[in-house]
Amino acid sequence: MLIDQPVILRVENIHKNYGKEKVLEDISFEVKRGETKVIIGPSGTGKSTLLRCINQLTTPDSGTVWLDGIDITNSGSDINQVRQSIGMVFQDFNLFSHLSALDNVRLGLLKVKKMDKRKASQEAMTQLVRVGLEDKAASYPAELSGGQQQRVSIARALAMGPKLMLFDEPTSALDPELIGEVLAVMKDLAKSGMTMVVVSHELGFARSVCDEIIFIEKGVIVEQGSPAVLFGNPRHQRTREFLSKINELYGETGKK
Amino acid sequence: MSFLNLSYEIMPGLLKGAVVTLELTVCSISLGFILGVALALGRLYGKRPVSLFCTGYIEFFRGTPLLVQLLILYYGLPPYGIRLSSFVAGILGLGLNSAAYQAEYFRGAIQSVSQGEIMAARAIGMSRFKAIVNIILPQMFRIVIPSWSNELIYTLKYSSVAYMIGAPELMAQAKFIAAENFRYFEVFLVVAFIYLIAVVILSRILSVLEKRVRIPGLQMAQ
Repeated sequence: MLIDQPVILRVENIHKNYGKEKVLEDISFEVKRGETKVIIGPSGTGKSTLLRCINQLTTPDSGTVWLDGIDITNSGSDINQVRQSIGMVFQDFNLFSHLSALDNVRLGLLKVKKMDKRKASQEAMTQLVRVGLEDKAASYPAELSGGQQQRVSIARALAMGPKLMLFDEPTSALDPELIGEVLAVMKDLAKSGMTMVVVSHELGFARSVCDEIIFIEKGVIVEQGSPAVLFGNPRHQRTREFLSKINELYGETGKK
Repeated sequence: MSFLNLSYEIMPGLLKGAVVTLELTVCSISLGFILGVALALGRLYGKRPVSLFCTGYIEFFRGTPLLVQLLILYYGLPPYGIRLSSFVAGILGLGLNSAAYQAEYFRGAIQSVSQGEIMAARAIGMSRFKAIVNIILPQMFRIVIPSWSNELIYTLKYSSVAYMIGAPELMAQAKFIAAENFRYFEVFLVVAFIYLIAVVILSRILSVLEKRVRIPGLQMAQ
């Protein structure tokens, strides 16, 4: 537990409805610098929506998101500034398919940060080295495996120099044998002190690097606590059921 | 006179017309290109009035005959003080008409760009405008080439309609020559070949372009 660290992200009373359907109901939590929080829960319970509410790709109906002490909800056009400091990694990678791996990482530096080309290329290359893909710099997304694409997308997010990284089921679209390489990059990242919020059912990852697990069901936080507590002795029967079900399904990777 | 001799004799006149045909085609396809990109973007991303206007424009120009549009431009406007030469009226008519079709090709290409990529662009701090310029347009231009080359070929061939308003293009020249020597069959056979050769050359150029700018994995979703 990183008790002395300042709070980077505070999510307060987030509500989100799609029509009549309540997707998120009064969600609150906070993340301190260097912490990794893993959000788990059945599909369709609003985990992805919650991540998108954090960087305002989806606007919450009510509630406030604070990043480093600044209210970023309803920040208007400044949101483009804010989003630079929140990296996001998607389930489907979402690499720009007309650009090489290097250009994918470099584009934000050139067009958003207005860096000059030489500096941007160096920075982009540094990030590709960090995810172990320097030899794939010239490859296009279609020429990369899913695991490689996801690592490029992590590099793309890191290049912007984020204070916080959001991962939306980063390994769910991957073949089992490719999951490990992405998790390895994420573990390194967590250990290097990056602040991370990860939606994932990779319990092995949760066990080894995360500080707190948040279990969401039907738009509300059912239970949150350290992995030791949730895996060992959860307060709610529902948490226990869900974790054991996941363990059955993902048992292999769960033990990694 | 043998067919070859006749062809040889009428060629200079026809080629003069062919040059005008090419000028008409290049000018109107370019006008249609610029307008078409604007219409497609306006229809998809514009505020409601803009989007409605673009849709209305596209429906109007696709839903009425090109010839009617040309006649309105050439004969219909002078009473209101707008007097266009047949060449300019031809370019405008063909260009405005082609814009509607090109807009629809562009719209299809834009819609095949993954929404996820736009979200990813927004997530690294790009404005919507920057995402359109840097992500959507570069993919759109590549994806659209095969269907767009159809539009280029159509425009080249439909430019023959401009003879109805007296533009001195290939068809007009042919009509003029044939009216003099009454060799309609031979004259229009030669004309057909000139169009054919022009079409073959243009589609070759475009397929070379398509290969040049090709990116692995990037094509119209099947």
